Amino acid sequence: MKRNLTCLAIGVYFGIVLLKSEVASWFRIQEMFRFEALHMYGIIGIGVAMGALSVWLVQSRRLRALGGEPIELRSKPAEYRAQLLGGIVFGCGWALTGACPGPLYALVGAGYLPMLVVLLSAVAGTYAYGVVREKLPH
Amino acid sequence: MLAGLLEDVRGPWPWWIGGIAIGLMVPLLLFLANRQFGLSSTLRHICAACLPSGPSFFRYDWRKDAWNLFLVAGVAIGGGLAQRYLIASPEAPMPLELFSFDALGTPRGLLVMVGGGFLVGFGSRWANGCTSGHAIMGLSLRRPASLVAVIGFFVGGLFVTWFVLPKVLP
Repeated sequence: MKRNLTCLAIGVYFGIVLLKSEVASWFRIQEMFRFEALHMYGIIGIGVAMGALSVWLVQSRRLRALGGEPIELRSKPAEYRAQLLGGIVFGCGWALTGACPGPLYALVGAGYLPMLVVLLSAVAGTYAYGVVREKLPH
Repeated sequence: MLAGLLEDVRGPWPWWIGGIAIGLMVPLLLFLANRQFGLSSTLRHICAACLPSGPSFFRYDWRKDAWNLFLVAGVAIGGGLAQRYLIASPEAPMPLELFSFDALGTPRGLLVMVGGGFLVGFGSRWANGCTSGHAIMGLSLRRPASLVAVIGFFVGGLFVTWFVLPKVLP
């Protein structure tokens, strides 16, 4: 339960960040795909650099999580066809809605209730994948 | 002067502050919660929780992974707090002629809101991750599969932006 509350707090932080950095802006995502500004590329670039630094610290210094647990970095199974094809499908949705899952939650919370329709459609899309997944290449 | 300062605080952040703030998500989750960043699996948990007798893909103990449901609940709260207290601009971060309940009655709005949302959910699960899990966390772990996913995100996004949206936008 303590971990869940920690995650809730980290989530509050992330929700604020998504709105303040305009990552939750449809216009910013459009601008990124039209190569009109570096804003999103800069954000993703710095984000990955900081993430990679954290991973390096965990691996090279064997840093532990709060409470002393060793940090296990797990890798998802690589399914290149699924990552490519699913990625393309996701990218189409990202450009249409201007929002990936994080911003969807943040915008609903911010009071943009029509975005709840988008979020529920994403849940429906996830469910549809679960129905047809055995017929899809992975 | 105080008003000017408040104006600054309530304006949007430059990209480098945004990048640092988003990059902090990885160490915050790793060191404080011992978890890897990733949000799209919450959509799967919602299916598993709401429709437990559905396809086998949704029959698992989602409660064991409830941590990121708490995370996204926080994201919604944070979005609300930011909107209420930290943002001065009255402008919505999306075109309201596409994203409104009225637009749902138009083919254009239906495609963007329902179609777009559906593709986000379907694609992120098929790719086994979204922007947080693949672009931020996966690339940080130097996982080739995540690089393939991110390339896919851009192939799809560029296609829609350059060939579909010009025909759809008013």
